[in-house]
Amino acid sequence: MIMVQSIKSSRPLQFALLAAVFFILYFSVGPSENNILWRFPDLIAGVPAMLNNSVEFLMFEWMPIESYNAEIEDYEETALLRQITRGISGALLFCIQFIREILVGGVKTIVAFTSWDFVDENEWAYWPALPWTVVTAFAVILGYALSGRWLAAFVGSALVYIAVFGQWAPAMETLSFVLIAAPLSVLLGLAFGVWAYKSQTVEAILSPLLNVAQTMPHFSYLVPVTVLFGVGDHAGAIATIIFATPPMIRLTLLGLKAISPEVIEAGMMSGCNRFQLLFRVLIPTARHNILVGVNQVIMQCLAMAVIASFIGAKGLGFNLLLALNQLRIGQALELGICIVLIALILDRLSLGWANKQIDYFADLKFIERHKYALIFIGCLFVGIVLAYAGAYIFEGGINYFYLIPHNKGITTEQFWQSGVDWMVDNWYQGLQVFNRALITNVLIPMKTAYLGMPVSATFVLVMGIGYIVGGVRSALVVGSFLLFIALTEWWDRALITAYMTTFAVIVSVIIGSIVGILCAQNALATKFILLVCDTLQTFPSFIYLIPVIMLFGVTDTSVLIAVIIYATIPATRYTVEGLRNVPQALQDAGSMSGVNRMQRLLKIELPLAFPHIMLGINQTVVFALFMVIIGAMIGTDDLGQFILKALSDKNGIGNGLMLGLCVAFIGLTVDHLILRWAADRKKALGLA
Amino acid sequence: MFTKVLKFAAVGAFSVSMAAATVPAMAADSSKPIVIPTHNWSSQVVMAYVIGGIFESMGNNVEYVPADSQAVYEAIRNGDVTISHEVWQSTFGKSFYNAMAKGGVIDAGTHAASTLEELGVPHYVIEKNLCPGLPKWEALKECAEVFATADSGGKGRILEGPQSWHGDLMPNRIKALGLGDKYVVKFAGGADAIWAELASAKKEGRGIITFNWTPNFTDAEGFDFIEFPAYADGCRIVDGGDGKCGSPKGWLKKAANYKFPKTHPAAYTAFTRISFTTTQVGQMAALVDIDKLSHQDAAKKWLADNEAVWKPFTN
Repeated sequence: MIMVQSIKSSRPLQFALLAAVFFILYFSVGPSENNILWRFPDLIAGVPAMLNNSVEFLMFEWMPIESYNAEIEDYEETALLRQITRGISGALLFCIQFIREILVGGVKTIVAFTSWDFVDENEWAYWPALPWTVVTAFAVILGYALSGRWLAAFVGSALVYIAVFGQWAPAMETLSFVLIAAPLSVLLGLAFGVWAYKSQTVEAILSPLLNVAQTMPHFSYLVPVTVLFGVGDHAGAIATIIFATPPMIRLTLLGLKAISPEVIEAGMMSGCNRFQLLFRVLIPTARHNILVGVNQVIMQCLAMAVIASFIGAKGLGFNLLLALNQLRIGQALELGICIVLIALILDRLSLGWANKQIDYFADLKFIERHKYALIFIGCLFVGIVLAYAGAYIFEGGINYFYLIPHNKGITTEQFWQSGVDWMVDNWYQGLQVFNRALITNVLIPMKTAYLGMPVSATFVLVMGIGYIVGGVRSALVVGSFLLFIALTEWWDRALITAYMTTFAVIVSVIIGSIVGILCAQNALATKFILLVCDTLQTFPSFIYLIPVIMLFGVTDTSVLIAVIIYATIPATRYTVEGLRNVPQALQDAGSMSGVNRMQRLLKIELPLAFPHIMLGINQTVVFALFMVIIGAMIGTDDLGQFILKALSDKNGIGNGLMLGLCVAFIGLTVDHLILRWAADRKKALGLA
Repeated sequence: MFTKVLKFAAVGAFSVSMAAATVPAMAADSSKPIVIPTHNWSSQVVMAYVIGGIFESMGNNVEYVPADSQAVYEAIRNGDVTISHEVWQSTFGKSFYNAMAKGGVIDAGTHAASTLEELGVPHYVIEKNLCPGLPKWEALKECAEVFATADSGGKGRILEGPQSWHGDLMPNRIKALGLGDKYVVKFAGGADAIWAELASAKKEGRGIITFNWTPNFTDAEGFDFIEFPAYADGCRIVDGGDGKCGSPKGWLKKAANYKFPKTHPAAYTAFTRISFTTTQVGQMAALVDIDKLSHQDAAKKWLADNEAVWKPFTN
């Protein structure tokens, strides 16, 4: 009786008991295909094919509309859904091309209003590009108008960098699709966020969908997107929107919920109608969170730049893949830097715009009110004149005032290339010893241990933790996630994914928290490390895959190093933020009690920051899962390899989605446990 | 911008060809653009611009779209992409036939280039005699340790492309040849991973066995394919054989959307006639990989230098 009591009250005892049961099961259940305690039968192995057939049925057969196609002189049937999705594609593509042609020129917009025949017959029907000087001037003026000279200087130098390095055309191609995808994601995010705020039902429906969307690897929905929407920039934009919208919805909802009722009442008392309340009171009050959301959208959009080129997005991402295939790491690096710069430009400009105060009392003259527009018109004029003059100044048919072609700009490629060569020459032998030791002593035993885990033991362990942390409900939730994976034919693959994720998360969290703690001690270091985090988050991870392979070969070590580089970002970021956000009053209370620096860190700051750091670990798991899947590009035998394979499978749509769900459910299991636990801790600390 | 430049070149070429010969009467091609996919390796991208240039010389509009080389067949099937001009037998054969079976993709003929997709070693492995007896496969029995890597547990490691390329073909062959206890097959994630390993091995002068193909940019530095037992129909396990045989001489096909012949009859006819040889494919890749031209410039140069080759395709 006493024992039962003490188990009920002591968590360590509960965990010890759980571990005991786990190990008994682990060592008593032997591997045998027919033993249900060892592996569940793959009862839902047929679902991918079903999913596939139903999507194809909807896309190609359901509600056919017969129409006459003059080009093939025959009637064709197109299914209704296909008409609709292709309509959306067309509209998106038009918008992207419109912006693109303003930036780099073209004929598509003219074609949209006339026809290809018209353009063919009229040689003049070509929309000329804006010279890069004009676009840069515009961005500088915008930066200055929004936030002053520092932003203007930053935007200006970033764009000059892009132009001088000869990446202008692809950078503008990427920019044009981001300029459509990002605002659409923000608008969709705001709309759904507000809707979920108004309606409990919507929130209840959205919440699990968002969970899945945020943990599902982007590779797994590439095939469905191409089937539904085709390939091209619009498909890239749609995949990007799917990827970038969920955090925006989340943060909008979070911001709106945090608004105190007094603010709303004040709004109502001033006689706001519903729209005024929303746009004049609620959204401005929730501004901080919404801006974090906008920042995330922009980061996510550019993080997708490379993946989107798998399904047709032109620009930096595609050039980057090409460069990597030729092992031109220096060139890839320059392209990667351009992607980061575009992300930073857009982020800072949108931040400047959102923070701009309207001066209601100014009574300005026409020239003062429109000075920026006037300066811009001046720049436009000068730029065009320069571009025309450039045609006569420069020889060899290249007009540097108009566009610097990509192989005519400055390049630092040689430098980086020789850097990589030097690394391989000097480090390979030494690293090989480390690599061999790591693989034989840690990775292979760990992988074998994971694969040797009976399914019953896994369930007991995970559901047991769920029960201890969050009661019966949590146990059932995580149990059902696992059950889904266990009933597919990919359980073993999922175990391998889990092994790699676990290893990477442990290392990332250790590195991240140490770096985070060190940097949080100093305001300048904090700022610096957050900038590094922003940069690394948008810097395309594909670039470091190649040098890593050169040093460590096609092995799990390579995959794990790539994963750790990426997954350390959130671990660091959240540690820094958590520590910096400890309330000043509590710090002062500590100082008054006479704590020294070390005591303050260990006894006050870390415990208080712990819930936030846990959210960081949560993000680390999600990031690690994403990268483990991308690790398939190096060579793995986990779920990622099958997701990659789904690109060519007969049941590609179904397989891709189901595998994506498996990955999402691994992420959600961890997510659920950590969130429950963090919520508990917060309550205990009086932070909630 | 680039298409614009190409177009000028094309218009010039077109007027020349107009002067030279009268165009045969045929149903006119639609002015809608022919969509050509670009993948992530040099020869394919240059050839995309070359074929685009040929189409443009015939007065067609062309559009290029980046696409994944496996997922592209689904896009051709749906008509979002019009053609694919480098369908490699062993890497894309499966995706190609899967899409064909579903309907919507047609076979638009084969290039003259004969291809080989097989396991092999970089030339220095043979030159330095790291494994005496290569390229005969029997030599592998004696030198597994030359090809060992950190994760192969002392066995030789054979680097194969991703599983999506040929499934378990290579592991089965290694087992059938009795090399199963001396070698392990590791699946790389993609071509990039293979090139990175090859580059790294070359620096060290290390032994490496990897899947590769010809024509490819590796031909320039020398790459020797291992001579496995000759291929014969039905020798593979899936066809009921013992699985010991090596790869057959492969084909390089062209695929098109089923509407292409109807919407662009002239361009389609030209497309079926287009047939590049191994040397020509190599030239195109070399212009980029060795001469460091941009892909568009490489295509322009190739078109200008080889009019005698491609002009006959167009009439």
